[in-house]
Amino acid sequence: MRYRYFIPMIVLVGIVALLAYTLNRGWSTQPEDDPTYVPSPLIGKTVPAFDLAVLATPPAEPPARFTQADLKGRPAVINFFASWCVACRDEHPFLMQLAHGDQVSIIGIDYKDTPQAARRLLGEHGDPYHLILEDPEGAMGLNWGVYGIPETYLVDAHGIVRYKQVGPMTPAAWRKHFQPLLEAAR
Amino acid sequence: MIVELGHFALMLALGVALVQAVAPLIGWFRHDARLMATATSAARAQFVAIVVSYLCLTWAFISKDFSVAYVAQNNYSEMPFIYRLTAVWGAHEGSMLLWVLVLAGWTFAVSVFNRRLPSDMRALVLSVLGFVSIGFLAFVLLTSDPFTRLFPVPADGSGLNPILQDPGMASHPPMLYMGYVGFSVAFAFAIAALITGRLDAAWARWARPWTTAAWVFLTLGITIGSWWSYHVLGWGGWWFWDPVENASFMPWLAGTALIHSLAVTEKRGLLKSWTVLLSILAFSLCLFGTFLVRSGVLVSVHAFASDPSRGLFVLGFIGAVVGVSLALYAWRAPRFKADGELRLWSREGFLLFNNVFLAAACGAVLLGELYPLIVNAVSTSKISVGPPYFNTVFFPLFGPLFVLLGFAGVVAWKRAQLRTIVQRLRIPLLLALVAAAVLPFALVGKTAVTAAAGGLLAVWIITTAVAELWRWVRSRNSAVAGLKSISRATWGMTLAHIGMAVCLIGISFNSAFSIERDARMAPGAVEHLSGYDFSLGEVHAAEGPNYTALIATVYVVKDGERIATLHPQKRTFRPGGQEQTDAGVAKGALRDLYVSLGNDFGNGTWGLRMYVEPLVRFIWYGGLLMFIGGGLAATDPRYRLARAARRVRVAADAAAETA
Repeated sequence: MRYRYFIPMIVLVGIVALLAYTLNRGWSTQPEDDPTYVPSPLIGKTVPAFDLAVLATPPAEPPARFTQADLKGRPAVINFFASWCVACRDEHPFLMQLAHGDQVSIIGIDYKDTPQAARRLLGEHGDPYHLILEDPEGAMGLNWGVYGIPETYLVDAHGIVRYKQVGPMTPAAWRKHFQPLLEAAR
Repeated sequence: MIVELGHFALMLALGVALVQAVAPLIGWFRHDARLMATATSAARAQFVAIVVSYLCLTWAFISKDFSVAYVAQNNYSEMPFIYRLTAVWGAHEGSMLLWVLVLAGWTFAVSVFNRRLPSDMRALVLSVLGFVSIGFLAFVLLTSDPFTRLFPVPADGSGLNPILQDPGMASHPPMLYMGYVGFSVAFAFAIAALITGRLDAAWARWARPWTTAAWVFLTLGITIGSWWSYHVLGWGGWWFWDPVENASFMPWLAGTALIHSLAVTEKRGLLKSWTVLLSILAFSLCLFGTFLVRSGVLVSVHAFASDPSRGLFVLGFIGAVVGVSLALYAWRAPRFKADGELRLWSREGFLLFNNVFLAAACGAVLLGELYPLIVNAVSTSKISVGPPYFNTVFFPLFGPLFVLLGFAGVVAWKRAQLRTIVQRLRIPLLLALVAAAVLPFALVGKTAVTAAAGGLLAVWIITTAVAELWRWVRSRNSAVAGLKSISRATWGMTLAHIGMAVCLIGISFNSAFSIERDARMAPGAVEHLSGYDFSLGEVHAAEGPNYTALIATVYVVKDGERIATLHPQKRTFRPGGQEQTDAGVAKGALRDLYVSLGNDFGNGTWGLRMYVEPLVRFIWYGGLLMFIGGGLAATDPRYRLARAARRVRVAADAAAETA
């Protein structure tokens, strides 16, 4: 038996071990262990500027405007959603729960959507938002680096982005990442 | 009811696959011919069961049965009929069902075409294919069942991902799977050779047509994928070194090496254990590609649903299949003895170099693929390996390969004559040098180093290939007799090599001369790009079967004359409002004019992305030529087993007489 014939097997064992390790990290709750996690370059930076119309029911004419300056003074949770977004419905019950708990006020960004569709959605399932802004062209989403919704940002009282959750908000992610930062900021 | 029938047929197929895998193996150990013969009927029964299962799922799509979760996720009532058929493989569960269908199809083909194979070899090959099938059927049934019902039943589905609603994407996955899965046959032959310890010219002659056939489909699959991404993604590119693209490219490199090393094994009885190893590796890379796509380990534009339990299952399966095969290799391969000595200065020596370069290229792609995972495993930082790495390592490895290609027909087996080679290659070399100077000017009207180098190598490959055919024809009495006497395999090889050269011209010229421009344009605005004036006409809305589209009209003017009117579209699909671009392309053999419609900036201005893509079509023409060439080579009559067997017998008789 000659040893060089074993080389392919040794290489295979190495590769399988590497892949198994990577896959396993995908299960851990650490976001940086998730293979699909992409760190946001915004974290630790001031929020990008925006100036959007407030979605009011009934519609106001002219609609009120809301800009990054209005964020200052208290921490804010900013949640990108849309009526067409299926994954957003997963997190909706939890957002409702948060809204009822009165712990926090969530600002919703109605991303690439129409006000009518958003009103219908929230009429059917309930409105967890303190305030809703319209981003029909996705301009704010573009500046904020949104690449798939839902995405939820935590912005502190100084207008600095502290955390970004990609995908539906979960109770675990909320407890782990949002609650400590919110309490620290209080 | 029909859906449950499909589910049941799939479970039945798993049972039959167990028989197909285990019974012939026991039969082989016990020298029981009847037990070995069960392999053939089991293979056919399994095929029928899986076809039934697949048709049942297709029926659920046609009849819009939204009570099936998979149908509800990927079908939509307004979707055109053709896309309801292709949506069957539009997402994970169905595409895995397609995978097992294709595997059953290849197994069925082996059982039909290899009736004259020695019974033990046939039984072992089918047994190995049965084991592979067990793994994938269990994968589908346990982790990715497409027949799961949904309650409450939704009123309508959520629709197929719009980027998949395109003719290119409809045909890309089946072709790619034909290639991926086709290498399982080469793999099965390799394992059978390791088990029996028999690896001779006859074995290589059995394995060759299957391997070439798999390679043919993989080539076509990759070509269609490249064409699709050019047409649909709106980036004007034809290859992105995306992890999922690389996943299909690695088996192609290994498979290309394999079809060449099989030639050496057949003709000269050399490189035996290397050929077996390559067969195992090519198939392992196909499995690895499936794993990468299905597990979500790598982030990619091909953002498929990812699920760690699925990834773990496939990884465990790869570990088991490849681990067992490589252990078998380590144990049995040392006993394969070469039938002679390998001289480097000979065709087999040159083919060895070909294999070295192809294997190195494959290894380089694999390293680029795994490197981000290695970095992420030892630290928390995220990196991606992109085109700069791949282009840097790839072209130095492929350049020598293209030089070698010119020697393909000229260098003789066993021992080459330097004088003949120099004599025969003088004129092609001269023509290639002239081409390097002239071709870029002739085709594009300017020159660049990349294009000149590409032209040089391409013309070198083409002229040497044609010169060999020419010499053969001239050595016969008449041109007709000469052309007729050329074997189909030789035609195939020549055509495939010319295809490679055509592809090379496309790649080198396109990377040297393609130009792009992003602009914000109002109707009537004009952009000048490489001698072409692009002007925006109007943008209007239109209704498609399941989408609304914004269609722009773009006029292209050259030298005061309108040469093309393009209609790039931006489609918003129902339901969900996902957007999809459909580029406006004026196709031309020598250049494409390509416009894709971007964002509406308001006040009547639009984002437009314009490209002038010289010779981009050559890349796909080359792929098609390789496909045709490979097809000719795979169907060469000398592989038909009845005749080959007779010839082997005659040769054996002659050898017995002379001994």
